Amino acid sequence: MSSEVLLEIRGLTVEFDVPAGRLPAVAGVDLSLRSGEILALVGESGSGKSALSMSLVGLNRGPRAHIGGEVVFGGRDLVAADENELRSVRGKDIAVVFQDALAALNPTQRVGDQVAEMIRTHRKVPKRQARDRAVELLGEVGIANPAQAARAYPHQLSGGMRQRVMIAIGLANDPAVLIADEPTTALDVTIQSQVLRLLKRLQADHGTAIVLITHDLGVVAEVADRVAVMYAGRIVESGTRDEVLFHPQHPYTMGLLSSVPRVDGPPVARLPAIAGSPLTGVARPPGCAFAPRCAFAHPTCGDAIPPLTQRYGGPAHLDRCVLDRSREALEVTP
Amino acid sequence: MKPTPLIELERLRVEFGGSAGRRVRAVRDVDLTIYEGETLGLVGESGCGKSTLGRATVRVTEPTGGTIRYRGADITTMRGTLFRSTRADLQMVFQDPFGSLNPRRKIADIVAEPLLRARGFSAAAAREVVDELLDQVGLGREAGARRPHEFSGGQRQRIGIARALAPSPKFVVADEPVSALDVSIQAQVINLLADLIRDRGLTMLFISHDLGVVRHIADRIAVMYLGQIIEIASRDDFFAGPAHPYGEALLSSVPTLSAAPARERIELTGELPDPADPPAGCTFHTRCRYAVERCHTEAPSLRTVAEGRQVRCHLPLIPREGPA
Repeated sequence: MSSEVLLEIRGLTVEFDVPAGRLPAVAGVDLSLRSGEILALVGESGSGKSALSMSLVGLNRGPRAHIGGEVVFGGRDLVAADENELRSVRGKDIAVVFQDALAALNPTQRVGDQVAEMIRTHRKVPKRQARDRAVELLGEVGIANPAQAARAYPHQLSGGMRQRVMIAIGLANDPAVLIADEPTTALDVTIQSQVLRLLKRLQADHGTAIVLITHDLGVVAEVADRVAVMYAGRIVESGTRDEVLFHPQHPYTMGLLSSVPRVDGPPVARLPAIAGSPLTGVARPPGCAFAPRCAFAHPTCGDAIPPLTQRYGGPAHLDRCVLDRSREALEVTP
Repeated sequence: MKPTPLIELERLRVEFGGSAGRRVRAVRDVDLTIYEGETLGLVGESGCGKSTLGRATVRVTEPTGGTIRYRGADITTMRGTLFRSTRADLQMVFQDPFGSLNPRRKIADIVAEPLLRARGFSAAAAREVVDELLDQVGLGREAGARRPHEFSGGQRQRIGIARALAPSPKFVVADEPVSALDVSIQAQVINLLADLIRDRGLTMLFISHDLGVVRHIADRIAVMYLGQIIEIASRDDFFAGPAHPYGEALLSSVPTLSAAPARERIELTGELPDPADPPAGCTFHTRCRYAVERCHTEAPSLRTVAEGRQVRCHLPLIPREGPA
């Protein structure tokens, strides 16, 4: 796999003014996306994974949003870029696919026209040609009868079909980066498996780099090359799929993985749940944000925020924990 | 000991009027027995009718036809005070912990309501039960003085569970009770439900699209497709290898957290057929990779293929021996 860095996030912060004060949705994230890889951004509600991905292309700008840091793409800093500049990048170089395809599609426009419109926004091509290409794209994303589907309105299509249309719109200009925010969460498993297969095919055939935002660790295991786990606005662990999912180092990642009720392996009598609930308010503890829920926390965990560093695993396997214990020691404790 | 049936459904049917006079048969003549003390997991994809079946079982949605028996008594058309006390035995936990609680009422009042209304408790007696319940579901009795908006999703689901359990029901329908929750919270609520089922000897119909969750909590599994039950099996038998091709495809579609290379996926082609116009013959034949001529014309019946194992298929998959 190529390792050229396509998108580089440095010290990204996203804060929102809320009635209670300023909510630190993303509290300093460094992350890079390499060409042709699928990077999964994993976390629970309020972890900041969606705020992070939306701020990559300026989709959450507004009077109540404060975005800091850098997102470097093609030699430009997208955080500092003005709206015109962003518009030329969005949908062309970096496309976004949302969870709720019904809300993201225009209900009054035929889906083929919506795909064609995205093509014509960024390239000067005749209407006819854009429309033909739209039908082609609908076929590429696995819609059985693309010419017929192109003439349909969103409400006439099933959830799985609408999600494919969204992906077709995302692909309209052959983007280098596709940001997919919970693209299969609203879908049934049989349809989900079709959409995941499609994402893998895009990666293989078009070399599209994909940022996959999801809470579903099974989905991550299925398609991701690299994984970053977020908690309370920060990355707490990152590495390859195998490192993070099968040799986790951070207690949060471990807890998350063992909380998942599985369809394979021996049935367990009781799920080892993580106590407490994720941080959602404006107030954050001074030290490790996970410490209040951590089964292994000791008094010093509350002193300072641990840095994201390489500790036991491979050179790019990082985590944000200070517990000086091997993973084996952590596993037997509680 | 022979299991005692608690709930028996016979040819239960629910129809909704569709547009242009098309009637959607959401539940198509379902026969199902739920035994005392068991948790039956009802699985299937959106639109298969599993929620409607669950609601019809406790008459939250009135069935269009068929019979519901509770402890042998026909409750399908029961009315008045008799039904009110029966209804208190049959409760529901809903998926949406945000939409199902009255935002203006205090938690203690929400939880006490079924006790006062259906069980004729005095306010003081209800108060005692409510305090105990709030402790039991892990919220603490102090929670009673607060209102729904002060709680997170997981906590609200605990409130919903406390409310359902207040009248000491015998049977609970839990409709996707953990689907809206984050993974770490989901595990907590699943553990709570498992404890309550054990401690109170509850019988439960647990509806979920998540096979991992169902495997964790259910004793038996029923699979629905287009309004019909197409497979019933013990938990271990089902997960060792479903007997219906749809069950097989469904299970193989679940992404697994496994370091091994991806298993063979059985990709279902096509979409769920229109429930208002289901295919002739076996309703699954349009997406079945094993379908033969007979499946296009002749509808299979739900038949017993092994001890405790029923399947609606002309060509059931021979269950594998032992765990997979």
